[in-house]
Amino acid sequence: MSFYILRRILYAIPIAFGVSVVCFSLVYIAPGDPLQTVMPPDATAETIAIVKKAYGFDKPLPMQFLIWLGRVLTGDFGMSISTRRPVFLEVSEALANTSLLALFAVPLAFFTGYVMGAIAGCFPGRWVDRLVTGAAVVGVSLPNYWLGIVLVIFFAVEYMLLPATGMGPTGSTGFHILEWSSARFLVLPVITLSMIPVGILSRTTRAAVAEVRNQEFVQTLRAKGLSEWAVTRHVLKNSLPQVMAVMGLQFGYLLGGSILVETVFTWPGSGFLLSKAIINRDVPVLQGTILTLSLVFVATNLVVDLLQSLIDPRIRRA
Amino acid sequence: MLLSSAHAHAAGTLTVGMTAGDLPQTTGNPDQGFEGYRFVGYNLYDSLVLWDLSQGDKASDIKPGLATEWHIDEADNKRWIFALRQGVKWHDGCLFTADDVVWNLGYSSNDKAPQFNPAQFAQARPYLGTYAGIEKIDDHTVAFTTKVPDSLFPYEISYLLMISPCRAKEVNNDWTQYALKPSGTGPYKFDKMVPHQRLELVPNTEYWDKARVPKQDRLVLIPMPEASTRTAALLSDQVNWIEAPSPDAIDRLKSAGMQIVTKIYPHNWSYQLNFVKGPFSDKRVRQAANYALNRTDMKEMLSGLMEEEYATVPPSTAYYGHPVLYKYDPAKAAALLKEAGCVPCKVKFAISTSGSGQMQPLPMNELVKSQLDAAGFEVTLDTMDWNALLKLGREGAEEHPDTHAINISRSLLDPYNALIRHVWTGAWAPKGSNWGHYSNPAVDKLVESILSEFDTEKRLALLTQLHETMNEEAALIFVAHDVNPRAMSPNVKGFVQAQSWFQDLTPVTISP
Repeated sequence: MSFYILRRILYAIPIAFGVSVVCFSLVYIAPGDPLQTVMPPDATAETIAIVKKAYGFDKPLPMQFLIWLGRVLTGDFGMSISTRRPVFLEVSEALANTSLLALFAVPLAFFTGYVMGAIAGCFPGRWVDRLVTGAAVVGVSLPNYWLGIVLVIFFAVEYMLLPATGMGPTGSTGFHILEWSSARFLVLPVITLSMIPVGILSRTTRAAVAEVRNQEFVQTLRAKGLSEWAVTRHVLKNSLPQVMAVMGLQFGYLLGGSILVETVFTWPGSGFLLSKAIINRDVPVLQGTILTLSLVFVATNLVVDLLQSLIDPRIRRA
Repeated sequence: MLLSSAHAHAAGTLTVGMTAGDLPQTTGNPDQGFEGYRFVGYNLYDSLVLWDLSQGDKASDIKPGLATEWHIDEADNKRWIFALRQGVKWHDGCLFTADDVVWNLGYSSNDKAPQFNPAQFAQARPYLGTYAGIEKIDDHTVAFTTKVPDSLFPYEISYLLMISPCRAKEVNNDWTQYALKPSGTGPYKFDKMVPHQRLELVPNTEYWDKARVPKQDRLVLIPMPEASTRTAALLSDQVNWIEAPSPDAIDRLKSAGMQIVTKIYPHNWSYQLNFVKGPFSDKRVRQAANYALNRTDMKEMLSGLMEEEYATVPPSTAYYGHPVLYKYDPAKAAALLKEAGCVPCKVKFAISTSGSGQMQPLPMNELVKSQLDAAGFEVTLDTMDWNALLKLGREGAEEHPDTHAINISRSLLDPYNALIRHVWTGAWAPKGSNWGHYSNPAVDKLVESILSEFDTEKRLALLTQLHETMNEEAALIFVAHDVNPRAMSPNVKGFVQAQSWFQDLTPVTISP
């Protein structure tokens, strides 16, 4: 098992390196200027040259990449061009804010999606299956930024029950999860963010459960005289590895933050940070965020793989 | 409802939803365009020369700020002398002196100075194109030297905000720390900031201009780049002021009792043209494009949130004069194209999907295209993101010979930025923002006369002549002037909207 874990961790290194090379290249292939945020539209060529030198953008691209990589290996992600704050601080704060959303969105999405899918899978073709499948299709198909705006119109504008945007009330300097004045800012973004994973998970769980129910061992269990409840327990357990793989991807998605949802709610998470970094061509923040998120994805998948192999030892042997 | 409204209104708090994607920098000259100057720059800081934002009947002009008076040295027309205001204190308690002004020029202009900040250099340099040096004459007087005679230098210095050297010393020139403890001389003091979320300012009760001590208890600034989010935040009482509501939200806001204020200001939504290569090097084609536009349709499409643009600056500007106006006349446009031998006249416009001051760029450009096509043009829209368009704009027409026009909205606050930069050979891109490399010896001579004319009335006459010439030359395709829309709760009182990119928030009160 330890060799298996070590091998998976070693696989993660070239993946992270590859991601950083690709994202570094993409940033430079895209038209635009990384110094746009600090430079007014009318900046002269002379001004641009001096500022480029001050920020180290006058060096050849491969050298810029190597300098950045060298710093990252020592834990220094550099400084944001637009805010002049350390990128590590920017990314860690944003990731903490997104994690706060994920903390609530993950159980909500996983529990709801799994329960809905399991029920539908256990009663294929029945009205409850059709209802759940319909709801799942709606959940997956609704653009979440649209849903967010609708929820805002309903709960914030029309009934004024919840805040429309932001993360915490005026005057506060931190987010206090145990105080309703702060926690109420979570409600709408969490619901919006969890809608797509609910749909995806319920469909995946339904398919997995239905597939397992058709396998021969289930007939054997029934032939042995096990109660339907006991059979269902076996079915659910055997469908778990497939469902967990999708849960892992969705967990990564929720931790990565949604650019659209966080922009609609002005939630200062990693998706919002990434979108600003793209618009501003804030290269250090862009690189730091993408690298961190890719590592989160890799780590999540690693954990999921390990959990799968614990549940189903055949995976480990493969 | 009660919970949310309590936050916005407790003790006269003005809470503003800005269009900016992030909080503007607090280390002097801010980023986030002129919105950064409007809400953070000119509130925390002062410049030697300020803008008079107290009335809205005519375009704003400059007035004394941290300098009480300025004049050109009679013996040297490249030396400006500024008398500094005495008794002014920084928010940190230190006294403002001439040494501070010299230090600030090092901060933003001298890459050898220990306090040099490249981000500030980038923000300030475009306004200091003719700046050559500064010297202290005494504790309350400084002299600026310019590379060439520059009668408009006081306008340019108005964009240079002064920060406290005392606070810089305290944080050991660490600008990340300074951003969290900024100190200026402005009407508001920094109170707290949650990065990317909120900046909270409180009145500077010891402000040197007693008429501009803020009347609210607190000013809260929140970045909200999404128009629909800003509208929802205002309607749900989370903020009581939003910038630039989208035209389709106006009726909803009005029906909820919100105040919608608009005022023409020095902004144009036009096209800078390629004079090096392509059809627009022919004046008849430029005139045809201007005649082909039905700006009334454009205004209708934007629910009235624009003024029709027929000249570079709005009519309320002192140097507007009597320019030739290209009113909608598609027949004349077609005739001019035929005369120029450009039928169909194929042109490519570089446009953006969004951006500072770009209004509603996609539908507006589509309408322009349809109107121009109807008159005999064949317009291709080359759509890109704002950053890419800015880069194209900086590089100049020679780098982009296949692009015939760029749609970058411009601020027209001062005469240089309003007129000269568009047509002066000395401002050819990439050195300046004459993107299309317009060049005309007569115009260059006129510009040099303006820069060398230190008598205000005589200079005004020359500026008027330049403005009229630009219209006669059809130097731009004129389309729209923005009207600076903003929406606010019914209990926001006392705001006077100036004809400026900047606004004075100090008289605003919030009734219970």
